Amino acid sequence: MSKPKVAFYWCASCGGCEETVVDLAEDILGVVEKVDIVLWPVAMDFKYKDIEAMPDKSIHATLLNGAIRTTEQEEMAHLLRRKSQCLIAYGACAHLGGIPGLANQFSREHMLKFNYEDAPSMANPKKTRPQLTFTDGGREPTLPELHNVVRALDQVVEVDYYVPGCPPTPKLTKAAVTALLENRLPPKGSVIAPDIALCDECPRKGSKPANVSFTEFKRPHQKLMDPNLCLLAQGVVCMGPSTRSGCEAACVRGGMPCTGCFGPTSRVRDQGLKILSSLCSNVAPKEEGEINKVLEGIPDPVGTFYRYGLAKSMMRRKLNLSVK
Amino acid sequence: MTKSSATSAGAWTPRIVAFFCNWCTYTAADLAGVSRLKYASNVRVIRLMCSGRVDPQFVLDALTRGADGVLIGGCHPGDCHYVEGNYKMLRRFQLLKRLLRDMGVEEDRVRLEWISAAEGDKVKAVINEMTEQLLRLGPLGLPQQFEEWDKEITRLEQEVGSPGNGATCACAAKLQAPTQASRKEVAHV
Repeated sequence: MSKPKVAFYWCASCGGCEETVVDLAEDILGVVEKVDIVLWPVAMDFKYKDIEAMPDKSIHATLLNGAIRTTEQEEMAHLLRRKSQCLIAYGACAHLGGIPGLANQFSREHMLKFNYEDAPSMANPKKTRPQLTFTDGGREPTLPELHNVVRALDQVVEVDYYVPGCPPTPKLTKAAVTALLENRLPPKGSVIAPDIALCDECPRKGSKPANVSFTEFKRPHQKLMDPNLCLLAQGVVCMGPSTRSGCEAACVRGGMPCTGCFGPTSRVRDQGLKILSSLCSNVAPKEEGEINKVLEGIPDPVGTFYRYGLAKSMMRRKLNLSVK
Repeated sequence: MTKSSATSAGAWTPRIVAFFCNWCTYTAADLAGVSRLKYASNVRVIRLMCSGRVDPQFVLDALTRGADGVLIGGCHPGDCHYVEGNYKMLRRFQLLKRLLRDMGVEEDRVRLEWISAAEGDKVKAVINEMTEQLLRLGPLGLPQQFEEWDKEITRLEQEVGSPGNGATCACAAKLQAPTQASRKEVAHV
């Protein structure tokens, strides 16, 4: 019997998800033994036309990381969807839009202008911008177009499973790959991680007060944090209560608050609004001016509450941006 | 709610979703009714037990499904039937306002008012005033906005076609198919 075919692909991502696959360490040998890798641009040399030549549904599973923000990524998402039995959104960007999703606060023109003209490190007196096509010695090469909106994978094609995290942990990756190979998968559409908030597996859970009451909010660099006490009890914004568990509270164990990369649990539609609701309800003052003084400690609610999830939030993107 | 809110004459008029607390503001709206006070018919009232029950997700749910504004009504400070509920809403409202501003939503579209059971006339005044403000701002039109944004991806979809898009995953099909509701839930649709 031939081995199941597996593809890895990356879109708008940083490479951290690919790193996790490598972080499987010697376990990766067991995986490689059982599967036939047909596409993995970061590590192996396959061509897109090889994939195009394959029969539809001939890839057992594709693990795709990164958000979708160019026409090329969109096209590859469609191609891999067509060729794969299972399409897995791997990592926060494919799952929720991730860090690239924060670009949904700006217009495309704003980003191109900054990156090709205004950035302090940019020397571009002719203000050259990437062109979709140009003529070079009689040939006409093309470049992908940047979309106005950054999208999570399931906003472009149908997704079968989600592996959350920025990046997903090796343990979770191994669990997902093993479940896939042994055909022990949860219902379609599942996020492959426990469906309970991060606080459940947080080592500081015991020190979380029954009634949290905020008199100020401090960001990690503004405070010497107690390494054992619940971060919320210390007035530090921790996304734990509105974030799915499964990372074993890696950031909190490292002395930093959770930033929410695993996304919400299945009962929550909008992770950012849920943590906003929870934190604000527990602000101590009762008078508007005093309340706002406490809330000044959260200078950038969009960036704090939607660090990974803006593209999949209910609003998706800032309104009234120019569409030039 | 996804259709634009046009009257039979075709002119646009704003649609406001109002969350009123059972003990004060909803009772005040009742009072406005029995007192035969006339106010703009642009409001759709949803009764909740307390303004503290208003999850910010409700507000965004209304806006993303086509409301032009959201009005939240609760008891005056100190008068909450559940002691603290209206304070919780007040605190959430402060940061929600900032978050909405950062996302490009005009401040006048979401409003919090304390209206006691005796203030039927305030219900009238607030609804009329908010309707006026929204008339000046024009439609928010989020469903149309989402459609507009997605034109850039439907274009390619039509160009290359995607026959595999609707097919089910073979390995999941072996397992019991989840109900539509649970699938919706886990996929965060």
